[in-house]
Amino acid sequence: MNHLGFKIDKVKIASFDFTCCEGCQLQLANKESTLPAFLGLLDIRNFREISSERNDDYDIALVEGSITRSDEIERLKAIRAQAKVLVAFGSCACFGGVNSLKNKIPREEAVRGVYGDKAVETMPSTKISDIVPVDLMIPGCPVSKAEVERIIVGVVTRAPNNLPKYPVCVDCKQKLNTCLFDLGEVCLGPVTKAGCDAVCPSGKTVCLGCRGPADDMNFPSFIQIVKEKGLSLDEMLEKLAFYNGFADYLDHES
Amino acid sequence: MKVDFNIDIHHLPRVEGHGNVHISVKNGKLEKAQWEVIETPRFFEMMLRGVSAERASFLTSRICGICSISHSLASIRTLERAMEIDPPEAANAVRLLAMHGETLQSHALHLFFLAAPDFLDMPSAVPILHAHPEIVKAGLLLKELGNEMSVATTGRATHPVSLVLGGVSKAPSKQRLKELKEMIRKRHSALETATDFFRTLAIPEFVRETEFISLHNGKDYPFIGGDLVSTDGVVRDENDYLLMTNEYTTDFSTSKFTRVSRESSAAGALARFNNNTRYLGQRANEVAESFGLEAVCHNPFMNNIAQLVECHHIFESAETLIDRLLNDDLQHIRTAYEPRAGEATGAVEAPRGVLYHHMETDKNGKVVKADCIIPTTQNNANIHYDLQALAAEAVKAGKTDRETEKLCEMLVRSYDPCISCSVH
Repeated sequence: MNHLGFKIDKVKIASFDFTCCEGCQLQLANKESTLPAFLGLLDIRNFREISSERNDDYDIALVEGSITRSDEIERLKAIRAQAKVLVAFGSCACFGGVNSLKNKIPREEAVRGVYGDKAVETMPSTKISDIVPVDLMIPGCPVSKAEVERIIVGVVTRAPNNLPKYPVCVDCKQKLNTCLFDLGEVCLGPVTKAGCDAVCPSGKTVCLGCRGPADDMNFPSFIQIVKEKGLSLDEMLEKLAFYNGFADYLDHES
Repeated sequence: MKVDFNIDIHHLPRVEGHGNVHISVKNGKLEKAQWEVIETPRFFEMMLRGVSAERASFLTSRICGICSISHSLASIRTLERAMEIDPPEAANAVRLLAMHGETLQSHALHLFFLAAPDFLDMPSAVPILHAHPEIVKAGLLLKELGNEMSVATTGRATHPVSLVLGGVSKAPSKQRLKELKEMIRKRHSALETATDFFRTLAIPEFVRETEFISLHNGKDYPFIGGDLVSTDGVVRDENDYLLMTNEYTTDFSTSKFTRVSRESSAAGALARFNNNTRYLGQRANEVAESFGLEAVCHNPFMNNIAQLVECHHIFESAETLIDRLLNDDLQHIRTAYEPRAGEATGAVEAPRGVLYHHMETDKNGKVVKADCIIPTTQNNANIHYDLQALAAEAVKAGKTDRETEKLCEMLVRSYDPCISCSVH
């Protein structure tokens, strides 16, 4: 393909999933109107969910899911050894995701509760950067296809890739949405990294922080606002724990 | 000629999640055929304990990236029944339209991107885009339409935003609904292109009698709630879902197996069709007839065609629903409620079959107990026994290991398994 008159080579890309719902990979097949053009940039080497071809020569690896079993650690290390750019793809890969909610339950109790006496291997859900170095993070539950396109095009054209540093509130205000705090709800918009187009508060449901903490935000003053408005701190904590993106802040609080 | 071969398919491609197929043939006889799910479990039922009812559907939608709307609505139905919340009519119509969007998206994804490559002997839909661009484009137009329905009704294609306990948090605008109706009209031709394309494919002839399980409400084609019925004549109340599943574990699979009247049973588009043919729309019925699809059909490969037939039904039903919403002032979309203790089951027809959530709440509206039984879980045993019958037939007919392998892969794919979902 050509970009501004320069010939650009297709990028060799692979997509892998670990413990997850595969919803982030599915986004790759969404935004159908630009899909053929997007595919024109890519040389798909390994993408089990949509293709039987398997080739272990790739440059970019998109890794979806968190790590919850020992065989996943070995598989992830092998991918890291091959990939020039390893992308943590979605909230499970970036932070451990909703899977981390099981970490508070003793392992034996969790296994017994679901499988009875059958022995099933599992370990606490961890983000992939706890196991291998990660080059890029694309958070979101699920990731936004528009952002994925922008970042992959950035890698292909060697352009710098930056996620917004500001919180979701900035986008939400621009859409002139009624603030959910004014409707008496605890919304994580003030502390969560933007880039999702404020999709949840625009649908009149609270932000649950799937993109993790914004770089430019004020956590203590967020807690202050929740207290001042007389909203439930328990509810705030339930929301902050939802995707495990605020684990460092929660450790700090307790 | 007596043949010996082993087939080991590790992480079967073009299905959602991680599953293996093992087949061994000795002296021209099938020794073993096994369907193994090796997906890592996530323990959603345990994670749900202590979560507030309001948040539960936002957690369970994350069980599945393809059928998140079904999971969200199964949890919402469960908790609304448990806490005696009655959502407004307009919200019910929005929810049903959301289900239609998800089903259309999921069926289009499966038919064109997962199943079709086998029939054309290609590794994925990417080379089909070059060889038959009009086919893939038709598939993309249908998938996009499904996603647009979901975005208009729930705010997002995957992991819905505005489906909430008591109704919906935001209704689609009238303008959006009119655009959606126009989009459906314009895409009838894509659906007909798709249908003509599927007419050219050779669907394998294979029959193993089984029991088909789905919802049934005696009024229309089922999507949300109803009685649990089977083609063997079983009828149960929605709350008696355990009698319709009888889950058990095996030593080779992290996903459970189920059975009802026989050693296995099946859920999904073909099961819905087999139990509810008479409630299909007119065009859907014509298409079924033109493919020779008749209840009760016991060929699992025909699940592909049943999905196509359902796409036709969705086109008809979605237009009616949009008209109903256009005639509503869309002011009453959410019922207020007080948290209370209760227990109930919510069943919905996810794209891959009947999905059960069961929850118990305490007086503060926190979930104290949860159980989720996924359609693919209900298909595991059927896939397993189908594989044995199909592989035995293939070997008897003198097929090579490569031919047998391909046929077995196609069989598993025809169930459109959602494996990570089944392990949850």
